[in-house]
Amino acid sequence: MFSYYVSLAILSLRRNVVLTVLMIAAIGVGIGASMTMLTVFRAMAADPIPNKSRQLFAVQIDNWGPRSSSSGGSADNLAEQISYTDATALMNAHAARRQTAMYATGAALTPSNPDLRPFKVHARAAYADFFPMFSVPFQFGGPWAAADDEARAGVVVISRALNDRVFAGANSVGKTLNLEGRDFRVVGVMARWDPVPKFYDLNNDKYGKAEEVLIPFTRAIESQMPSWGNNNCHDAIGAPGWEGHLHSECVWTQFWAELPAATDVEQYRAFLNNYAAEQQRTGRFHWPPHTRIRDVREWLQYQHVVANEVRILVLVSFSFLLVCLLNAMGLMLAKVMGRAGDIAVRRALGANQAAIFGQCLIEAGVVGLAGGLLGLALTALGLLGLRALLSESVTRLTHFSLADVAIAITLAVIAATLAGLYPTWRAAQVQPAWQLKNQ
Amino acid sequence: MMKMTQLSKAYRTEVVETYALRDFCIHVREGEFVAVTGPSGSGKSTFLSIAGLLEEFSGGEYQLDGANVRGLNDKQRSRLRNEKIGFIFQAFNLIADLNVQDNIAVPLRYRGFDTAERQRRIQESLSRVGLSARARHHPGELSGGQQQRAAIARALAGSPRLLLADEPTGNLDTQMASGVMELLEELHRDGATIIMVTHDAELAARAEREVHIVDGQVIELAAGPRLAAAAAHA
Repeated sequence: MFSYYVSLAILSLRRNVVLTVLMIAAIGVGIGASMTMLTVFRAMAADPIPNKSRQLFAVQIDNWGPRSSSSGGSADNLAEQISYTDATALMNAHAARRQTAMYATGAALTPSNPDLRPFKVHARAAYADFFPMFSVPFQFGGPWAAADDEARAGVVVISRALNDRVFAGANSVGKTLNLEGRDFRVVGVMARWDPVPKFYDLNNDKYGKAEEVLIPFTRAIESQMPSWGNNNCHDAIGAPGWEGHLHSECVWTQFWAELPAATDVEQYRAFLNNYAAEQQRTGRFHWPPHTRIRDVREWLQYQHVVANEVRILVLVSFSFLLVCLLNAMGLMLAKVMGRAGDIAVRRALGANQAAIFGQCLIEAGVVGLAGGLLGLALTALGLLGLRALLSESVTRLTHFSLADVAIAITLAVIAATLAGLYPTWRAAQVQPAWQLKNQ
Repeated sequence: MMKMTQLSKAYRTEVVETYALRDFCIHVREGEFVAVTGPSGSGKSTFLSIAGLLEEFSGGEYQLDGANVRGLNDKQRSRLRNEKIGFIFQAFNLIADLNVQDNIAVPLRYRGFDTAERQRRIQESLSRVGLSARARHHPGELSGGQQQRAAIARALAGSPRLLLADEPTGNLDTQMASGVMELLEELHRDGATIIMVTHDAELAARAEREVHIVDGQVIELAAGPRLAAAAAHA
C-alpha cells in the first residue's frame, strides 16, 4: 500500500497546486534557515579527531600564579599555552606514550623553480610524535624520526597544497625547500589534512587552515624561528633577545600528550602535579601546584569554540522552523478538510481509520520531502550568503556535506510528518455517514 | 441476509435526545430487491448508514450475513463493509483524481487483492455495466449515467453480499435513470440483494418489496397499498 499511498499523495498535491506550493515553501524556508545555521554549528562543534579525541590531552601549567587572575587570565586562572621552559621539561620527561610541544611559526619560502616568486608560508614547529598523535595522513614519504628531533635536523613535512605549488604535485621527498635562506630536506608530503576546528592550536584562528610546513621543534628553536602565534608574557618578559625569550615565563607553546588509558591519564596528572611541586620546591613557583589536562572535546568546550551567539542563532532558526511548520500544519488542515468527501467515500469503500491515517501521513511525508529538497537549495543559498559576509576561515564552516544533505531531508520529512499528525488525525476522524449525507 | 431488530438510533445533545430510528425492525432476505421510501427526515438515510456500517446504532440488534455487528471496532466494521457491502450513491461519489478503473480498484486495494485479481475484477465489473471502453476516463469526462454505471461497477467489483443504493437515479435525467434502474433490476435477476432508498414511487414500485419509513419506524406495504401509494405519490 505504501507505493499506492505515495502515488495518491502525488495526485493529491497536483490537485491544488497553490496550497501545495505554499506548504512546500513553508517547510522549505524553515528547513533552509535552520539547516544553514545547523551546518555552521555542526562544523564548529564537530569532533575534529573522533577516533582519538578522548586520548589526546592539552596540558596546562600555572606558571604565573594567583596574580594572573587580575590580569585577564581565564576563569580557572590557567593560560591556554605553556612556557618554553615547561614545554622542554615535559618533553624531556617522556611521561606520556607520545607527546609534542609545538608552536606556530612561519618563514619566507624561496622556490627552487626560478619561475616562482618567494612567498610566506605558515609553519608549525613540533616533535615527531605530532604525526602519529594527530593521525596525519601522508601522500608521499612520512614523518621525520625522533632522532631528527634530537639532532635538530633540517627536515620538513609539507602540505599537499604546498607540494602542488612548489613541486607541481610530484613526489618531493628528498628534495630541498629553502626557508629563510636555509635548506630543509622534504621527508614527507601530507595528504589532505585539515582538522576543523584547528583543535591543537586555537589561539589565533580556530577555524584556520592547517600549516603548510612542519619543522622539528628543536630545529626551529635553534634557527630562532619566531612565534607567529599568540605570545602572552604577562609581566614576566624576561631578559631581552632570543635566549631571554626562551627562558622567560612567557607562554607561547602548546603541549599535547597522548594518554590511551584511564590509568595513563591519572599517572600523567600525578606527574604534572609532581612537576609543578618540584618547581615550587626549587623556588620558581611560589604557589601550590596548579595544572590541568583536558581531552580534545573538553578542550574545545573550554576554549568556547562554539560561540554562544551561534547557539542562540541555531535556537532562533529552529524556532523559525517551528513557525513555518505551524503554517504548514494549517495549510495541511485546510487541504484535508477540503478532501473530507473523498475520505468519506474511501471509508465507505472499506478504508479503516488507520488506512486513512497512513495515507494522509505519507502525503505529509511527501510534502516534507519536497520541502526538504527546496530547503537544501535555500541552505546552499544561505551558506553562499554567509561566505560573502564572513571571513575566509569561517567560510570553511559553510561546506555542505552529504551528512548535512541527509540531515536536511530527514529533518524535513520528520518535521512535515509531525506537522501532519494533527491534520491526519482529523482526516481519520471524518464521519463518513455525515459527509456522504451532506455531499 | 440482513436483519435489524428493535434497532434505535438517537442523536443526543446536552438538552435534547432525538430518535432518528426507534424500534426499527426489518428483515431482508438473500436475493431480495427492497425499496425504502419515506418522507424527508423519516430516517431513510440513517437506516442506510447503519445498514452500511457507516454509523453506529444506539440500541437493538443488527445481523449482517449472519454476523452480529454490535460492538465491532472500526477495523472490523471497515473490513465487513469492504467485503460484504457495495454502495451506490446519489451523487455517484467517484474520486475525481482517479480514472474509472482506479476508482473501481479502491475497495479492491483495501481488500488486499493483488494486481492480477484487481484487473480481472475491474474488467468483469466494467463489462457488466457496459463501460469497458471508458476504463481510463476520468469522472469529469463521463455523463451522469456513465458515472453512475462506473459507481455501480465499483460497488460490484468486490462481489458484495448486499448492495445499498441511496437515490441512485436522483441526479439523472429520465432516460439515464431508466438505464440505471434497468441495470439494478438485471443485477437483482442475477441474484444480488439490493436495498434502494428512493423518493420516487415509480422506481419503488419496480422493487420486489417496499418498506416505508415514517418517524423512524417501518411501515411495510403490501402489493396493493404499494401501488396505491405510488399512484398517490405520483
